[in-house]
Order: sequence, then structure tokens, then C-alpha cells
Amino acid sequence: MIEVKNLSKAFDGKQILKDVSTVFEKGHTNLIIGQSGSGKTVLLKSIVGLHQIDEGDVMYDGDSFVSMNNKEKRRLRQEMGMLFQGSALFDSSTVEENVRFPLDMLTDWPLDERRDRANFCLERVNLKNVNHLFPSEISGGMQKRVAIARAIALNPKYLFCDEPNSGLDPKTSIVIDELIKELTQEFNMTTIINTHDMNSVMGIGDKIVFIQNGIKEWEGSKDDIFNAENEALESFIFASEIFREVREYHKKGRK
Amino acid sequence: MLYHLGKYTLFLKKVFGRPDKHSVFFNQLIREIDKLGINSLGIVLVISVFMGAVVTLQTAYNIEMPFIPKYTVGVAARDSILLEFASTMVCLILAGKVGSNIASEIGTMRVTEQIDALDIMGINSAGFLVLPKVIAMIFITPLLVLISMGVGIFGGYLAGNLTGEVPAAEYIYGIQYGFRPFYIVYSLIKSVVFAFIISSVSAYWGYHTYGGALEVGHASTKAVVTSSIFILLFNLLLTQLLLA
Repeated sequence: MIEVKNLSKAFDGKQILKDVSTVFEKGHTNLIIGQSGSGKTVLLKSIVGLHQIDEGDVMYDGDSFVSMNNKEKRRLRQEMGMLFQGSALFDSSTVEENVRFPLDMLTDWPLDERRDRANFCLERVNLKNVNHLFPSEISGGMQKRVAIARAIALNPKYLFCDEPNSGLDPKTSIVIDELIKELTQEFNMTTIINTHDMNSVMGIGDKIVFIQNGIKEWEGSKDDIFNAENEALESFIFASEIFREVREYHKKGRK
Repeated sequence: MLYHLGKYTLFLKKVFGRPDKHSVFFNQLIREIDKLGINSLGIVLVISVFMGAVVTLQTAYNIEMPFIPKYTVGVAARDSILLEFASTMVCLILAGKVGSNIASEIGTMRVTEQIDALDIMGINSAGFLVLPKVIAMIFITPLLVLISMGVGIFGGYLAGNLTGEVPAAEYIYGIQYGFRPFYIVYSLIKSVVFAFIISSVSAYWGYHTYGGALEVGHASTKAVVTSSIFILLFNLLLTQLLLA
């Protein structure tokens, strides 16, 4: 479980996040949603410690991130996996080397064992016969899956995904969403996904946190969204015709 | 200026942290020696041979007096190459070639979040990416400078001989006349300092790139300009310290 407590963050005097508090449960896919520039990426990066927090704290299973020393932070980071918006795979390494990288760096396992684990992770994300290819030689969807395989290589307790569907077609997006959902339940991870993809919201949103102008405007589940009485959330979620129609159906009880 | 100096010092502190895994560090080091050093050998050879040739011919044309012996050209060419051209000139070229390579590679890794990916794994990204480059450059640059010295002097021999300005025997006598081995030591000391400047300053600009392709280009330019200025500054300081 990850608990965000009164988190605030500013850059060059400009307040990006203001007093954000929420809880992300274990074994659930927790979504942070909001418009571009709303502060959701800053929130995610502040949670994982890539941005230093100005005020507030982040509790990892009860342990305060702010009060941790560098050694403790380092240990905690080895329990994290992160999927970046652009996959962030190492260009000069093959697919297998990318997945094996955290194992090479952070374990003392023999090479065979590391290879087996990398192959297991690649198979788990439904990738076969791509081990020797370089990231530039595979599609965007495959790159995302390699990045997921790398993120789960060390069997993390926490999984963070920044816009996992960006640049992907709707069908591949659903595959990635379902994969993240399955892995979250299988490995009992606390997963936080940053997205503005409404299909993800409706598909895998166990918990949704809506951020607007750096403030937490609303939180709830995907089922609560249809009854939410929040103007900003409504204008964001139901901006498209399709979702307005879904809401009408939902209200009429014809799901 | 002070802001960047402070930030650079903190960056170096991170770079010289203990490597996460020594076997991985060693592999990285070998790769960087090949990429930054061995791949620069071609340009160093070409520049050195022409530099030696030009220095020899210019000296020969400028001291065409009957009472100055021809071997003086060999002496002047040797000292110019050993003291200045082989180290400073080669390192300025390396600042352009290697410096821009380091800054753009690390800068691209920064803007594509590959450095964030390392940080999130709990890996010291600055140490992992930069330390092998710094050590590789410190190790390989003096070797390149030594090669440059030899090739430069040979270039002078070729030019003098082919144009008939300096007879071979006179040139060979000249390059041996009054030779001071300390000149080589002085040049090697300079090359180690310059190698550190090129690698660390370029890595600093690359590591602190934020934005996109445009900023990577800016970082690359800043790396070359800053490294070159510091090379010239330290050239002056080291000359005063070592030769005065």
C-alpha cells in the first residue's frame, strides 16, 4: 500500500501540486487521471522519488519515504518497477539484455539463472524470439511489453506506469492494460498508472484519482464515475460523445 | 558560473561513488576505451601527420639563413610537437569529437528517461554512465598523445624530405639534439588533465539536459565550447606550474 500525505511540489516558484492526499491499495490498479499539464506526471515522479517533495510525505507500507536515508531509499527502489512513457529501453542493449539489466546490476545470481528469469519475464508478457533484437527493431507495443518485462524482473512490490498507452493503437492499448492488470493481481503489487486514456479508466480503474491544476479533485472507482457530481471530472471524462452515451445508458440501467 | 561550478562539484561526487557492480563496471570500461579511444585513433593519426609536416615546413621557411644550421628545424619541430601540438591540439580535437559524443549520448538518455529508469532501479546513474568514460579517457588519451608525438615527428620528416627543405640526416640529428625527456612527461601530465576535463565537463552538460532534441544539441555545443575553454585555461596554468 502506498499512502500519499499532503504532498506539495513547486518548480521555480510555480506550484504544480497542492496538498495531495490519497491511498493506493495493494493488488489493485490505481489510476491517476487528468488533463495534460494537470500535474499527474509530477505526482507520479514525486511518489517514486524522482522529484524531491517540497511538503508532505509518501508512505510505502507504513514507511516514510521522506525520512529514509539514501541506503534505505536505494533498497526500496529495488522493490519498484517502472514503465516509462517512451519505454526508456537502453538503445545499445538487446531485448534480453534490457530485461536482464536489473538482475545483472542488483543480484548475484549466476548468468544462467538471470537468463532464465529474463526469458520467463519475456514469455509472461507474451514475447518470444525477440531476445537478440534491439529496441529499434521492434514495434512500440513490443517495446512497452519489454519495458514491463524489465519492470517485473526483480519481482517488485510496487509498479508505476507513466502513460503506458501513449502512442499505441486502441487494440494494443487494451492488451497492455490487461497485462498490467493481470500482473498486478498475480504478483500482488501496488500499481499506480498515470493515464488520460478513458478506455483504461473504464477497463482497469480499480481506483481513480482525478487531478486538476495540481489539486486532487475527486477519487473513487470506475463505477463511481457515472454518479460523480464533480463538474471538472465530468467535463474531462465525458468530453467525448461515446462516453456521454455510455453515461446515458448507465443512468438508464442498460449497461 | 558559480552555480554551475557548485553543481559540477556535486555531480563529480556522484560520479566517483562506488560502482554498483565491479564486473559490470569493468565491461563498461573496456567498451568506452574502444568507443572513445580506439575509434579516435584515425583522426589523431591524420591530424598529427599533417600537423608535423606543417610545423616542419613553416619552421624551415622562416629560418632560411646560411648561419643557422638545418638541423634547427628538427629541434624546433620536435619541441613544438612534444610541448604543445601533440597534447593541446589533439585534446582540442578530442573535445570536439569525444566531448560532443558524450554529451549527446548522455543527453539523449536523459530526455528519453533512460537515466530515470536507472535511478528508479536504485542504480547510481551518474557513476554508472560517467565513471567508465572518465577512467577510459584518462587511460587512453595519454596513449593517443604519445602516438601523436611519434606520428607528428614522422610527418615532419616526410615533409622535410619530400620537399627537400630539410635533409633526412639533418632532421634526424635535429630531433635528437638537446632532447629533454621531461617534455614528454609534461605533455602526458597535460593530457591526463585535459582528458578529465573533456569527459567530465561533457558528461555534466549531457546529464543535466532537460527537454528534447534541441536541448541535446545545445548540451553538445556547450560541452565542446566549455571543454575547449578549460583546456586552454589549464594549458596556461600547467605550463606555468611545470615549466617555469
